[in-house]
Amino acid sequence: MNEVRILAPVGMLGAGFPAATVARGIELGADVIAVDGGSTDSGPYYLGSGTAKTAAAAVAADLRLLLRAAAEARIPLIVGSCGTSGTDSGVDWVAGIVREIRAAEGLNLRVATVYSEQQPAVLRQQIGRIRPLPPAGELDPPVLDSCTHIVGMMGHEPIVAALEAGADVVLAGRATDTAIAAAYPMMKGLPAGPIWHAAKIVECGGQCTTNPRAGGVLATIDHDGFTIEPLDPDNACTPTSVAAHMLYETVNPFTMREPAGTIVVSDATYRALDHRRVRVEGSRFEPAEQHTIKLEGARITGYETMSFTAIRDPHILGQIDTWAALMRKMIGEWVGRTLGLGDGDYEFDLRLYGHNAILDEIEPDRGPPREVGVMLLVHAADQRTATAVAKVANPLLLHLPTPDMDYLPSLAFATSPAETERGPVYEFALHHVVEVDSPTSLFRVTLPEAEDA
Amino acid sequence: MPDPRTIADLALEVRSKNAGPFWVTMELFMRDADGYAVVADPGYLDAAVIARLYGVPAGTIQIFRIPSLNVVKISFPRPVPQGSLRDRDIHAGQHHVPLALYPLAPQSVSPGS
Repeated sequence: MNEVRILAPVGMLGAGFPAATVARGIELGADVIAVDGGSTDSGPYYLGSGTAKTAAAAVAADLRLLLRAAAEARIPLIVGSCGTSGTDSGVDWVAGIVREIRAAEGLNLRVATVYSEQQPAVLRQQIGRIRPLPPAGELDPPVLDSCTHIVGMMGHEPIVAALEAGADVVLAGRATDTAIAAAYPMMKGLPAGPIWHAAKIVECGGQCTTNPRAGGVLATIDHDGFTIEPLDPDNACTPTSVAAHMLYETVNPFTMREPAGTIVVSDATYRALDHRRVRVEGSRFEPAEQHTIKLEGARITGYETMSFTAIRDPHILGQIDTWAALMRKMIGEWVGRTLGLGDGDYEFDLRLYGHNAILDEIEPDRGPPREVGVMLLVHAADQRTATAVAKVANPLLLHLPTPDMDYLPSLAFATSPAETERGPVYEFALHHVVEVDSPTSLFRVTLPEAEDA
Repeated sequence: MPDPRTIADLALEVRSKNAGPFWVTMELFMRDADGYAVVADPGYLDAAVIARLYGVPAGTIQIFRIPSLNVVKISFPRPVPQGSLRDRDIHAGQHHVPLALYPLAPQSVSPGS
């Protein structure tokens, strides 16, 4: 093949996109549809719990349009990082939705799944080949066992294996954002530099256009570079909008590491072909001496309970920092006296929304607020303790005066009951890579069975 | 436009976001080459300034200056673990504000002036 056209309909499966833009991409000769289903951006909860951030109905709505388009055009559909975090449960969740749509619509599609979840015992045997990424330190082996889920981020190779085995639809576990779009053109033998750069640019769908809300993009990769255009005829890619996407959610805008090597775009040129199409050339891919797979793991740190009250009284708001300092001190005293708990038994964060809740000590504006929402977030080893602390703090959140008030105010609780149990909370515990001899060894490809076709 | 007083006054957009779970990154998209020249000047904006604004160690801060886009990009390890009890900005999407409001001439602008 001299060219491969990648249709990227949207940055996140389940976010929604105009149906007409996918039809437009098919008209323009798309060879493959690639869409990302995941992210770590919303925090460790989704990996830790193995659940999705997106609603099943929203994922189904997007998949229905994409599966129909793929079946009619007879081109593959690749979904990466299924179920937000790419756990095995996430792959199975998306596979279940696909199965229902396939049956309801009578679509003749062979579906492959690629699982990326890792077992601590297996990784323990590789401990000498696991290296930290900055700012993480050396891996303490028990951390592996403490994770509720660990996934490896696949490159394009396991996805290519599924395509070569005849899959029409590939539902992948955790994959690099770029691998999803890179897999098909890599299989077709196009050059790695333009492929990986194009894959990075299309990973968020329309984010690289002047109107990201107008739907996705089509990237045409050839031997000298790639051309990118929006799927909405009224939208535009400009050299600036395309080049600027290399900045998005990256530490370094010039290089990006993939399992098989590094994308280098420092010499890339961006040229407008017309008012809405951009030509990119000069992108390179430098193969790594050692193939590495990035690991993501999440573990439970404890349980949280939240209370929320609010202040409108200008007298208290005039000395809100004094009031908050008194609140922190009183909570510690009351919890110690009532529950017998001390430092180390629980923690809490008191956040003053409307004053400095978001930036705290780095907030540049110290002016008096008009109203403040007071969030008490309690963290403990078990839910019962967290809730008990929040309940002990409740009378303070209702009635605490400032030191110069000689009466008890009644503050404005937002809900009844005041306490909301948040359940287990998680942290990302791994920021490491493992050296592998084969790019597919950590992943399990389940090919379509005969009756699937 | 009144006299520009902060970086935001010279910028099209100032934004911040996670770059993976362990890094924060920010971009100053400046309106033109003149604005870019101001913020790209290491005598005005450097790791020491960022360290002071964000309470992070200067040695961990990476600054990229991209004249072709009139962009200065700044990355540093997330000071608070994502999703932890003390993380009040899960996506790090509001952390651009201290940088956006950084005075253009720190010595001549005092709070409330």
